[in-house]
Amino acid sequence: MKKKLTTVAFSGTKEQEAKLDAVIAEHKGEAGALMPVLQKAQDIYGYLPIEVQEHIALSMDIPLSEVYGVASFYSQFILNPKGEYAIAVCLGTACYVKGAGLLMDKLESLIGIKNGEITADRKFSLDATRCIGACGLAPVLTVNEEVYGRLTPDMIKGILDKYNA
Amino acid sequence: MIKNLADLIKIRDEYAGKIAFRQNSGAKTDGKYEKHVLICGGTGCTSSKSVQIKAKMEEAIKNAGIADKVQVVLTGCFGLCALGPIVIVYPEGTFYSRIELDNVDEIVNEHLVGGNPVKKYLYSETVKGDQILSLNETAFYKKQKRVALRNCGVIDPECINEYIGTNGYIALAKVVTEMTPDEVIKEILDSGIRGRGGGGFPTGRKWQFAAAQPKGQKYVVCNGDEGDPGAFMDRSILEGDPHALIEAMAIAGYAIGANQGYVYVRAEYPIAVNRLQSAINSARAEGLLGKNIFGTDFEFDMQIRLGAGAFVCGEETALLTSIEGNRGEPRPRPPFPAVKGLFGKPTIINNVETYANIPQIINKGAKWFTSMGTERSKGTKVFALGGKITNTGLVEIPMGTTLREVVEEIGGGIPNGKKFKAAQTGGPSGGCIPASKYDVEIDYDNLIAQGSMMGSGGLIVMDEDTCMVDLAKFFLEFTVDESCGKCAPCRIGTVRLLEILTKITEGNGEMEDLDKLEELANYIKSASLCGLGQTAPNPVLSTLANFRDEYIAHIVDKKCPAGVCKNLFTYKIDLDKCIGCGACAKQCPADAISRTDYVAPGHKLASMTIDASKCVKCGACLPTCKKFQAIYKG
Repeated sequence: MKKKLTTVAFSGTKEQEAKLDAVIAEHKGEAGALMPVLQKAQDIYGYLPIEVQEHIALSMDIPLSEVYGVASFYSQFILNPKGEYAIAVCLGTACYVKGAGLLMDKLESLIGIKNGEITADRKFSLDATRCIGACGLAPVLTVNEEVYGRLTPDMIKGILDKYNA
Repeated sequence: MIKNLADLIKIRDEYAGKIAFRQNSGAKTDGKYEKHVLICGGTGCTSSKSVQIKAKMEEAIKNAGIADKVQVVLTGCFGLCALGPIVIVYPEGTFYSRIELDNVDEIVNEHLVGGNPVKKYLYSETVKGDQILSLNETAFYKKQKRVALRNCGVIDPECINEYIGTNGYIALAKVVTEMTPDEVIKEILDSGIRGRGGGGFPTGRKWQFAAAQPKGQKYVVCNGDEGDPGAFMDRSILEGDPHALIEAMAIAGYAIGANQGYVYVRAEYPIAVNRLQSAINSARAEGLLGKNIFGTDFEFDMQIRLGAGAFVCGEETALLTSIEGNRGEPRPRPPFPAVKGLFGKPTIINNVETYANIPQIINKGAKWFTSMGTERSKGTKVFALGGKITNTGLVEIPMGTTLREVVEEIGGGIPNGKKFKAAQTGGPSGGCIPASKYDVEIDYDNLIAQGSMMGSGGLIVMDEDTCMVDLAKFFLEFTVDESCGKCAPCRIGTVRLLEILTKITEGNGEMEDLDKLEELANYIKSASLCGLGQTAPNPVLSTLANFRDEYIAHIVDKKCPAGVCKNLFTYKIDLDKCIGCGACAKQCPADAISRTDYVAPGHKLASMTIDASKCVKCGACLPTCKKFQAIYKG
């Protein structure tokens, strides 16, 4: 999957860096530790800006190209920050067959951003996700941790209104 | 701490009554409680607030003063996800469906205190006049045979003692204290069990190859990277019965001479990951993982590695590369993982569902296992039913059950009076089984003969509103996105396939495109490095074989018979059916609907019409005319 590098300026704190260093120390000497370290780094920063990847590369003594290679390979690693409300529409087969594509169209037109983008005020980001396994509720979307199921396109506005209030 | 078999059996005997109580043992109490309330804590039901329902239920039970009589348990998935959140009350097996927080007090007061089940919240199929049936008597459960899922929806997955109460860890004890590694492998070979994750390779043979390698560091790996969209059986086992996996992996470790296991799970499954971690921790605390298991010198431990959303990592060599901390790209085979796997050491890699069968094969014997299934496919298989089917959910059936039985009887058929068109199995690697093959007996070889495959067990049902060309395109979009890029046939070939399919769905296809599709698909199949590329063309080939007329309709008539491909249909209004209410025009975002000057016979207002040049085909008008059915696709 193609990934866009972010245009948002890096704003990491010393505290976040200290947490990251602790994670790296915990995995020192462990075979295949890069993925768990990247996963925890993403928990700390919310995404994996190039500055964080550089820090990991130097501390773990792995070439940056390799760190970037892994970070850009897996779809769960995100190089762009998420919005305050991260909206994810499941486009797994069960949801797709039940019209999840229409939900995505509606969201794009109502928020004015495309799949994979974030609004200028960083309030909403919009992504398509792989099957989240809630096929019994298809079609499904999530806003942060909240799950909305058995949706039709005309219900989208009501959901967005909750977060716009 | 469990030091030997006697310790284990003591716990089992203590908890066996509790488990039997939830399996219609007929007992009035479990020895302590008079009722058990089981609430589904699978991902589906959790998404519709089952955890909050549990908290409220416990609160209400406490307030009613019956906390010493009723035990509330959060279990794994019951399977009938379409009806979630599900609450079941034992000993009766009363089956409440789609429960909301507001219903809890009523259930507690009338049923748990008063002894009268609240009929209006029960699953309608279980209410027959005055009689209330238990869930086992419903069509959904009756034809199932639960082996891999036997504990899902029965035990509390976070309680190791409840698992032991179901004869848990007895197989591990038997293996390490009474059997040689060769005897274990022979039992697995004799059972005939084949890999439940995709290819269907005999599990015992894999173990045999790894065991035959020289002594030294070896690994046992579990593939829990369930990437097929619409498949969730592995997740349900991890969420509902994590100890079965731990026990099986330890047995495999003993059989091949490995002391370390890795479970590779998708990071998209947080509940499964947490339950498995909690189960590993309690198994360690009880001495069932670690050194000197059951007082022998056998040692085994395991850890979880999280995937990061790459479908290709479900392929075994890509998965191993990913555990090693690299981009999850596959490696050429041979050497096979059994010879040179994780970190270059001999490794066996099996799927979650495969492992879930192992302890019972040891406990009940290979003969018991071979009594289920068909000649070359033994045992049962779990399927995730999804798409256009009434009972969306998880079912486990003996191999050899027909597709018709699964869809019509267990699955409850197709909703809204629509007709069955095809079932898709095997996810992006599989194919479609058309209505003419509705009576095919499901097993590994029959599905391959139909141009599909078992895959991990996703079974998506399509009705007449599904366009098969669009479906093939959907799967190709998926594989194009997920191709790792290492080998050219897959990286480039799938993109070219997708381009041709897109051209056809947009109405620009030519007949010779069909030959190109077939030729290219066969090249990709034979030249790709790993299973992803080798199977990526299957959705195209199988829809071409079974639904060629639909492709031809798109190309020659420029029509999409199912009314899905937007370029190939327009919305129209039947002037004689239209009563002229104008509700559709209000919904239209493009101002494409206007009034004509034609008044149909018997109507008072002039009919509406759609300007095809303005219409954006959003479909918003369609639901406004449900009553009169004047709007149609043509």
